[in-house]
Amino acid sequence: MKIAVCIKQVPTREWQPRLTDDRTWIREQDASYEMNEPDAYALEEALRLREKHGGDVVVCAAGPARVQTVLREALARGADRAIHVEGEALGAADAAVVADALAAAMEGEGFDLVLTGLQSDDQGHGQTGVTLATRLGMPHSTIIMEVQVQDGRVRLKRELEGGWFQWVSMPLPALLTIQSGINQLRYATLKGIMAAKKKEIRRVAAPAAVPTQRIVALSVPEKAKQTQMIAGAPAEAAAELVRRLREEARAL
Amino acid sequence: MILVIAEQRGGALNRASWEAIAAAQQLAGDLPVSVAVLGSGVDALAGELAAADVAEVIAVDDPLLSGYTPDAVAMAIEGLVAARTPGTVVLPHTYQTRDCAPLIAARLRRPLVTDVTAIKGTGASATFVRQMFQGKLTAEVAPIGDAPVFVTVQVGAFRADAVRRGSGAPVSRVSVAIDAGRIRQTTEAPFQEAAQAVDLGQADRIVAVGRGIKAQEHVALAASLATAMRAELAASRPICDNGWLPMDRQVGSSGQTVAPKLYVALGISGAIQHVVGMKAARTIVAINKDADAPIFEVADYGIVGDLFEIVPALIAALET
Repeated sequence: MKIAVCIKQVPTREWQPRLTDDRTWIREQDASYEMNEPDAYALEEALRLREKHGGDVVVCAAGPARVQTVLREALARGADRAIHVEGEALGAADAAVVADALAAAMEGEGFDLVLTGLQSDDQGHGQTGVTLATRLGMPHSTIIMEVQVQDGRVRLKRELEGGWFQWVSMPLPALLTIQSGINQLRYATLKGIMAAKKKEIRRVAAPAAVPTQRIVALSVPEKAKQTQMIAGAPAEAAAELVRRLREEARAL
Repeated sequence: MILVIAEQRGGALNRASWEAIAAAQQLAGDLPVSVAVLGSGVDALAGELAAADVAEVIAVDDPLLSGYTPDAVAMAIEGLVAARTPGTVVLPHTYQTRDCAPLIAARLRRPLVTDVTAIKGTGASATFVRQMFQGKLTAEVAPIGDAPVFVTVQVGAFRADAVRRGSGAPVSRVSVAIDAGRIRQTTEAPFQEAAQAVDLGQADRIVAVGRGIKAQEHVALAASLATAMRAELAASRPICDNGWLPMDRQVGSSGQTVAPKLYVALGISGAIQHVVGMKAARTIVAINKDADAPIFEVADYGIVGDLFEIVPALIAALET
């Protein structure tokens, strides 16, 4: 089975946002980056499916040269090869542009299954996977918690709201967006890191972008509430918090 | 015209459908709003929706819509869009919408702005506010492209009780062409895993842990605080994903929604998926080492610091 996994490189969780002078994007040069966490679960699921059914896992990412770092990391975790759709502007692009870029590079590969995370931790549109499925002409299902492959079809446990689930089936090839927590992640071994150095990263130029939205302004969110910040050494702050919870909020 | 797609399952309207109508009424300005409900046997639901102050309620009734599949719903909405040519289509940002809205927008090559929390302006010139970077930044976004623009509104961002009521909107039936041969998914009946052992919704006080707890062995520290506060222990999604606490203790969009008297968030950054599950708590306390963590935006009381120092101090203070 030939499985593709789409991976996005996003700022780390510890990153403190700094904006460009026109306040329409972040200062990318100040950010440190990591693999989008939901995509890491998609990669892990692909590796497990390969262990079960055989085949290849190809990781795909769209973005500037820096995204090769996450492709190398995915190769070190066990992916067989990588496709990098190169474009300086792809780091800030909307989901439709990213999906078009990935689709152009993936067409003709003949993937049986394409996996993505359910959304990215940066722009968080939650659209790239399904849009890519549409471009590739594949059926899709989203927010998947279990994947069973059988006789040219997939049977999927799809998460609904409030603790409900549903089994959905469809023919291959298909695209699935994977929910975090579907599996336990593996990390790269030293052997994997060494092996990754020899694996292929195919570079593809990005097609012309057709944006569907534009960021007018970015800002730090306004507080919904007047938060009372309690300062001081831990013991003092803790005692003061307990006093206010007892006397002001009457919550204890 | 603004078209709202109401969501229903098993003959009951999702409350978020009313929130989407409220958003559409705000977005519309002087433009008319229509509400469509899709399914099999939806007359009663259309009647319910007719209470809203809208120009028209549209019932799309087709046996192929009796259970949800993205392909059938996409064909139905594409048919509706062709029949009514709306300027904007508004949907509640539910799991179902997340599954089908990108398909429709991609097929029609139209803009889709998801998880919108506020709307600026009206009609075709409106811009939309949504969170980015896990709530660290707020973005104002303008769609680019031809009508209709598709917009999904975050659950809880608009108030269902703000829907303007009318004197009974006319209900019309629209039939759309759904090609059974083009529905690629087959579905089984929705189910729940073993009954939830913990009903966090009943708890007066909740102590919840997030990534800041760092390792499974530290969860016991949070449990001690919960005991000292006579609170239930809960967690954000990553903690349950790691198996450090069972899934039935998860608070957030994929877990339980709670509204206790007191909610103490330990080392929880406050990603929107968590906040939607707890923002209704009466008093919220956030303890986090990152002063810019979004959790402080919804907190009544905040302490910036190391939870491994503050939590033992809190337990000691509670004992005095």
